[in-house]
Parts: sequence; C-alpha cells; structure tokens
Amino acid sequence: MPKRLNAVVSWVLTFLVMVIIGLPGLWVILSGFRPNREILAKPAVWVPERLSLDNFAAIFGLGDTQVAIPVANYFANSLVIAVTSTVIAIAIGMSGGYAFARFRFRFKNGVFLGLMLSRTVPGIALSLPVFMVWSRIGLIDTQFGLILVYVALNIPFTIWLIDGFFRQIPKELSEAGQVDGCTRWQAFWRIEFPLARSGIASAAIFAFLTSWNEYALASNLTRSTDSKTLPVGLMDFTAQFTIDWAGMCAMAVIIIVPALALTFLVQKHLIAGLTFGGVKG
Amino acid sequence: MKAKMDRRLGRWALRPQSIPFVLLLPAILVIVFVVLFPLIFSLYTSFTPYRLTRPESLWTFIGLRNYRRIFTDLDFWIAFGRTILFLAVVINLEFLFGLLIALLINRITWGQRVLRTVMMFPMMFSPILVGFQFKFIFNDNIGVLNNALQSLGLTDQAIAWLVDGWLAMGSIAFAEIWMSTSVFAILLLAGLFAMPREPIEAARVDGCNNWQVFRHITLPFIMPFAFIAMTIRSLDVARAYDIVDVMTGGGPAGRTELLWTLIARTGYDNARMGQANAMAYVSIILSIAFTYYFFTRLVAARRYMGGAA
Repeated sequence: MPKRLNAVVSWVLTFLVMVIIGLPGLWVILSGFRPNREILAKPAVWVPERLSLDNFAAIFGLGDTQVAIPVANYFANSLVIAVTSTVIAIAIGMSGGYAFARFRFRFKNGVFLGLMLSRTVPGIALSLPVFMVWSRIGLIDTQFGLILVYVALNIPFTIWLIDGFFRQIPKELSEAGQVDGCTRWQAFWRIEFPLARSGIASAAIFAFLTSWNEYALASNLTRSTDSKTLPVGLMDFTAQFTIDWAGMCAMAVIIIVPALALTFLVQKHLIAGLTFGGVKG
Repeated sequence: MKAKMDRRLGRWALRPQSIPFVLLLPAILVIVFVVLFPLIFSLYTSFTPYRLTRPESLWTFIGLRNYRRIFTDLDFWIAFGRTILFLAVVINLEFLFGLLIALLINRITWGQRVLRTVMMFPMMFSPILVGFQFKFIFNDNIGVLNNALQSLGLTDQAIAWLVDGWLAMGSIAFAEIWMSTSVFAILLLAGLFAMPREPIEAARVDGCNNWQVFRHITLPFIMPFAFIAMTIRSLDVARAYDIVDVMTGGGPAGRTELLWTLIARTGYDNARMGQANAMAYVSIILSIAFTYYFFTRLVAARRYMGGAA
C-alpha cells in the first residue's frame, strides 16, 4: 500500500511541476486571442467570451484598430537576421568543428579555450564596445551589423556541438573512402557530412533560436524599422502611456511559435548533443 | 612581388599541417573582429572619460580614475553584491529543483518522453519573453496572480509584486528559476538514465538504505551532469539583464539594479561610456570566473568518476 501511495504522490508532484512550467506560457498565448478590455476587466473575466485573431490583425496593421508599431517590419528583420546569421555560423562552425575533431595541431586547446571564452562575455558588456566601433564604421542600425554580431555569438557553441558530432563518426570511414579513391573533400561530403547531418541540423536550430531570441545586443545596436527585431519591438509597447497588453501578448505568440515548433524538432538531439559534448569532452 | 606573396600564401595554405588553421580561419577572423577588437578598444576607453556626447574626450587619458571611481561608488557595490547574491540563490535553487524534478520523472515509468518535451519549453523561450510573461502575470492591477488571489478571497488588495523592492527581486528570481531549472532537470535526467544498475543493486545487497544509495552512489554519478548544466548556465548568466529590463527596468528606485542593468544605464542613458566600460570589464571577469569555476568542478567530478561518465 505505501508503494501505491508513493506513486500517487509522485504523480501529483509531477502534475504540479508541469502546471508551473506550462501555465505561464499558455496564459500569455490565450491572452493573445482575447480583446484588451477583457484582459483589463475588473473583476477578472476567467472564461473568455470570445477568442479572435483581432489582435494579430491589429499589430500587423490589417484590422480596424491600427497599432502604431510596425510589427511586420520587425518580423521580416528578425527572420532575415536569424536565418542569415545561422547559415553563416553553421558554415563557419562546420569547418571549425571539423578542424577540432579531425586534426591535431599546435595551440589546439588554446584556440578552443579562446573561442569558448569569447562566448562568456555578457551581451550587455559586449554591446558597449561594439556600439562604439559599429557607429564609427556605419554598421549601427543595419541588418548586416546585427548578423555579424550573431555569427560571432553562435560560432563557439556551434563549433563545440559539431566537433562532438564529428567525433562520434569513426575516422576509419573517411579513410576507407579515401583508399577507395575519394579525395578528402569528397569523403567529407559523401561520408562524414551525411552521418553528422542531424547533429548539424540541431546546432543550426540552436543558432537560430539564439539569434531569434537575443535582446541585450539588438536593443542597443538597432534604432529603426531598418533593423529592429521582434524582441526589441516588444519593448515598443511599454513606451506608450497605456500598455496594450493584448497587442504585446499577440506579439509574444509570434515570437514563441517558432521556438515551440523547433523544440519538437530538436529535442531528440538536444540531450545527446549537450551531454556528449560535455561529458566526453 | 605581390604574385610571389600570393604563391607563397597559396603554398602555405595547401601544406597538410596548415589545413586546420585554414579551416579555423573564418571563425577566428569573425571572433577577432566582433569580440576581441572591440574589447581591446573598450579596454582603452575604460582609461578615458569618454562620453558619447563629447567625442573629443576619447583622447584624454585618465589612467585608473574610472576604476577608482566605480570601486569607491556605493551604488556599484550594492549592485555588484546583489548580482552575486542573486546568482548564488538562483543557481542553487535551480540545481535543487532540477534534481527533484529529474528524480521525480525518473521514477515515473509512463509518459516520460512527453514530460521531457514539456520541460524543454522554458529553455527555448527568449529571456525577454520570460520577463514579459511574468511582468504580465505579476502585474498588480491586471495580473493573473493577483486576480486569482482576489477571486479565491485570499486577499482583497492588489499586492504590488513588481513595485515593492524585495517582492520585485523575488519575482525576478522566480522568472529566472522558471527559465533555467529545466536545463538542470534535463541534464540530470540524462545522467540518471545513463546510470548503471549494478552498483545500486550491490549497495542494496550490502544493506544500504535509500538515502545512502542516493548520497554515495547516485549523486556522485550525476554530479558531472550537474556541472555541465552549471557551465552552460554560467556562459549565459547575464541574460538576467533582459528579464530585469522588461520586468522592472532596475526600479523601483534602483532596488532591483543588477550589475548589467547598471552598465546599460551608465553607458547608454547617462552616456558615460568610459565608466560603463570599466564596469563591463568587471562583469566580464565575473562571467569568466563563474564559467572557470564550474568548468574546473566539472573536470574534477569527471576525474572522480574515473572517466566513466
């Protein structure tokens, strides 16, 4: 009987934990579909009377009520910046990760340590000097300026993950390919790359999410609709006298959705990647 | 002359022992240009009274005066101490909750995969969203928490979660813990999954009770996984900046000011770039110290396991 009780207690506790993890996000998502006056209502309205896409239409400037915040521009900026910086970071990270996984060379540990240390610099501390340099060479408030920063931000972790995935592939496979007449370049693309592909894909998802979610640097390096991203745009709402909670929640949904979708895709590799890279070192 | 240089460079690049350096060159170039070079520049400006509003002040050298000023500034030390305290409390609680959740889920035999996926959501949330989410929930007027407390009749007034100094700090810590506990839970769970059964069975045969098995077998085995989580976590300690910036902006009256929000205020709002850069260097050293500490603990824990993990 105590065993039965034990199981019930674990289930109740687990349920509680999941509620605490899940509920805040769900509440924000739900509020994105509710009219602002229902959110502001006193006493609180618990059961929504009507759910609609009005808030989304409004922040994209499609509905009857116009919102002065150009969310469509921010969305486009976020997408362009996150995708471009991910593609570049993965290309650079693949070549760097391969170098660490397959070659012995001088200063190997030093270079690795240096790359990793560059990631420990807090975003806000890095933003000051980058702001000064970028404003001198005209990269402030440009998509390219932010892409460059995000590539640098993503390189260390990308190299770390991809290094781990390449190491899982036995060296002998590529060597056998070369014995059979492949060049090293061909052996890489035909043998090692396909085997590491899922790992590289998860590194790409991480890089995308880092760029998509970043705030400390973006908020200081962007000014206008030319380069502002969604997380920076979210703060536009608070600058107004009355906070448009419904609009902010709708915008939050737009930021969350890609993150949730990608979580489903990446979860299989996430744990493998993190523990593998960390424990086996 | 140039053609000769090019040819020599070409020959160097094709030598087998230079291949790894050629492969690493793009990564190194980007890091040098975006991180190293600006940081050297900012180290220089931390020795000047540079203000954005007075560009010529970039060329005045004042030695260590910025550092002397911040080290004698009470506000700086309060923010610094609060940051250390905040990190110590938050990381320990994240480890504790993460361990409890991992042990809980490890015991459950059904639905583990679904639970693990749900646990992963907070990791994917933008810190700015986490901040906004809890600003919305903790709002004294329309927040769901106060609404719930009032509807349940537990209180009839609006509790000022984000306005009262201590409550605001607690709310921020809650947001931070909500965001990062799952990193610990997921990695510790992976550690529990990887654990061999034999030592536990052997210990039970030798008459160990549950607590002794946990304390002397399970815990040492999963500690490397905890230190991986802490290392990953310490790489990104400064993202608390995003949360604080949305939730309170460092207020009320600077009572939730952390080192990072103080840097932003000094550098951007007050335009004192030189002084802000001096503080930024303190924060960089703090981050490196955290990462270094957890990394050495990870290496030590791994060695204790005899490389078995």
